[in-house]
Order: sequence, then structure tokens, then C-alpha cells
Amino acid sequence: MPRSRPEPMQVVKQRRDGALKALVEAVPYVRFLGIVFDRRGDELTGVMTYSEDLIGNPFLPALHGGATSAFLEVTAIVSLSWAVLWDDLESGALDIARLEAGDLPRLPKTIGLTTDYLRSGLPRDAYARARIVRRGRRYASVHVVGWQDNHDRPFAQATGHFLMPPRDGDGAPDTPREPMAPGGPGPADG
Amino acid sequence: MVDRATLARQFIEAIPHARALGLELVEIAEGRAVISMPYDEKLIGDPETRVIHGGAVSALLDTCCGAAVMSHPTQPDATATIDLRIDYMRAATPGQTLVATAECYHVTRSVAFVRATAVDGRTDVPVASAAASFTAERR
Repeated sequence: MPRSRPEPMQVVKQRRDGALKALVEAVPYVRFLGIVFDRRGDELTGVMTYSEDLIGNPFLPALHGGATSAFLEVTAIVSLSWAVLWDDLESGALDIARLEAGDLPRLPKTIGLTTDYLRSGLPRDAYARARIVRRGRRYASVHVVGWQDNHDRPFAQATGHFLMPPRDGDGAPDTPREPMAPGGPGPADG
Repeated sequence: MVDRATLARQFIEAIPHARALGLELVEIAEGRAVISMPYDEKLIGDPETRVIHGGAVSALLDTCCGAAVMSHPTQPDATATIDLRIDYMRAATPGQTLVATAECYHVTRSVAFVRATAVDGRTDVPVASAAASFTAERR
């Protein structure tokens, strides 16, 4: 049987960009830091546009460690939400009109985040990409790398663990948290 | 002789990002710092619950840890974060001011070790805790 004709590119792009825009622009703190996301297919790159308000050491000057850490955390959360959203977006299960009206999926919650500061953050734009190391039903582990001028010279990296929002069919949203078994969540957490 | 605490206070108030977050230095002395962050809608991370973003809590804790290092009796001239680990125990209550307390508990020739917690005054359980190491730069 011949495959169905692919949708026109503009329709696909508009749907994907609309979903990403709705996801990112709903969060005031993302705007506060001046973070936007660049999309190529399903791959996202966070861009923290330089502003003097991000400076932590005015004498060097250098970006604030807190702003850097926050940028990596925002990139991890948006990338994780985007990965969940993507599946529903491509299968057609997601209603874009509702998303754009502000009916957003619940966001993952940060359990813990460790940031390594590898170089002083320069007073210019910063970029970050997240790699989802593991995404379970309940927990996810994400690694984020941030760079500025040169992709091969990262200025910061972070590893974070996140509690995933309950999905439809998961039962009560407020079921008590199970302790994480040694070696990570069990096989039921696929 | 200029008071170390006064220097540290001026240093924090001169940090643009700390100003943008609305941080206020409450107390600083001998390797211990207390900094507050009033609730502000621009810091919201979850539009549905109006809870502030974890990143803002990180920035508060990072600033507080740095301030504790600068006020340590060993008198470092400058400091920068080497690593920072944050655990988020619970969501910060919307509308509540967060107060971070950091203690610089050990300093070597080149590294300072710090721990910190942030509370929102609602329960005894902190909103978040931090463990960090900083550079301790000397001329």
C-alpha cells in the first residue's frame, strides 16, 4: 500500500513551533532570564540572550553562577517537557488550540541538580543542549551542557533528576512517592 | 581598617543579577550569610501553581554561599562557584519570601566548602538545600 502523502512542511513547522512557543512563553521566569529556544526537528538549543542583569561579578565581568545554573535547569525542564509533548504532537493526540490557549501539560519537577562551573561565563549569549539520559514514567535523568563561543569548550554542565508529571491513566496524581530503589527505579518504571 | 562585613555587603549589592532577583542581605559575619528573596511574579516557574522556578532558588542559594565565603575570617579576595548541588525538598509557598542561610564550614588555601538551606517560613522543612565548593582566591 502506498504511504499517505506527507503534510505540507509549513503545516508541520507551524504546529511544532506553536507548541514550543506555548510551552516556553507561559513561564515568567524563562522570560526574566531572556531564554529562548531554537528548534531543528525535535532538537532544542536553549539560548540565554546576554543582558547586564545576568552578571554576577561586575569586575571581571562574568555571568552569575546562579543564572548559569538556572539556564541549565530551564533547558533541562523544557527539553524534558518537549520530549513528552513531541510524542503526542506527532501522533495527533495533542490539541494545539488548547495548548495555545494556555492549557499546558504539567511540568516536570526538579528533585536535584548538580552544576559544574568549568569556565567563567563571559558577558555574551550562552547556549545549552540537554541530553535525556533516562526518561521513565516517574523519574528522569538529564545531562545539560552549556557553551558560549566554542561548542567544544563548555563553560558549565549539569546533571539533574526530575519527577515526571502524572500522565493520563496513572491514577491519583498525589499518590505517595515511592522511595527510589538502589540502582534506580525498578522495571515497572518504564 | 575597613570592616570585612561592610565590604561583603557592598559587593553583594553591586551584583547586577542579585539586584534583578530582588535579593536583600539580612546578615553577614564570619563565614555565615543570610539573604532573603521576596516573592515576585516574574520568578514564577509553574504558571498553574504560581510556584517560583527552581532556578531562582538556585540563584539565591548560590549568591548566599558566595557571600558566606567572602565573609570568612580567612579573608579571600575573590570567589567563584566550582560546583553547586541543589536538592529541592518541596515547592516554595507562593507569596512567601524565601530566606537562605549559608555557612562556609571549611576553607583550604584555594577552596571553600559551603552548605546552605532556603526556608519560606511556612514549615520547618526547607524548600531546598545546597552543598557547594567555591574558589578562594588570594592575591
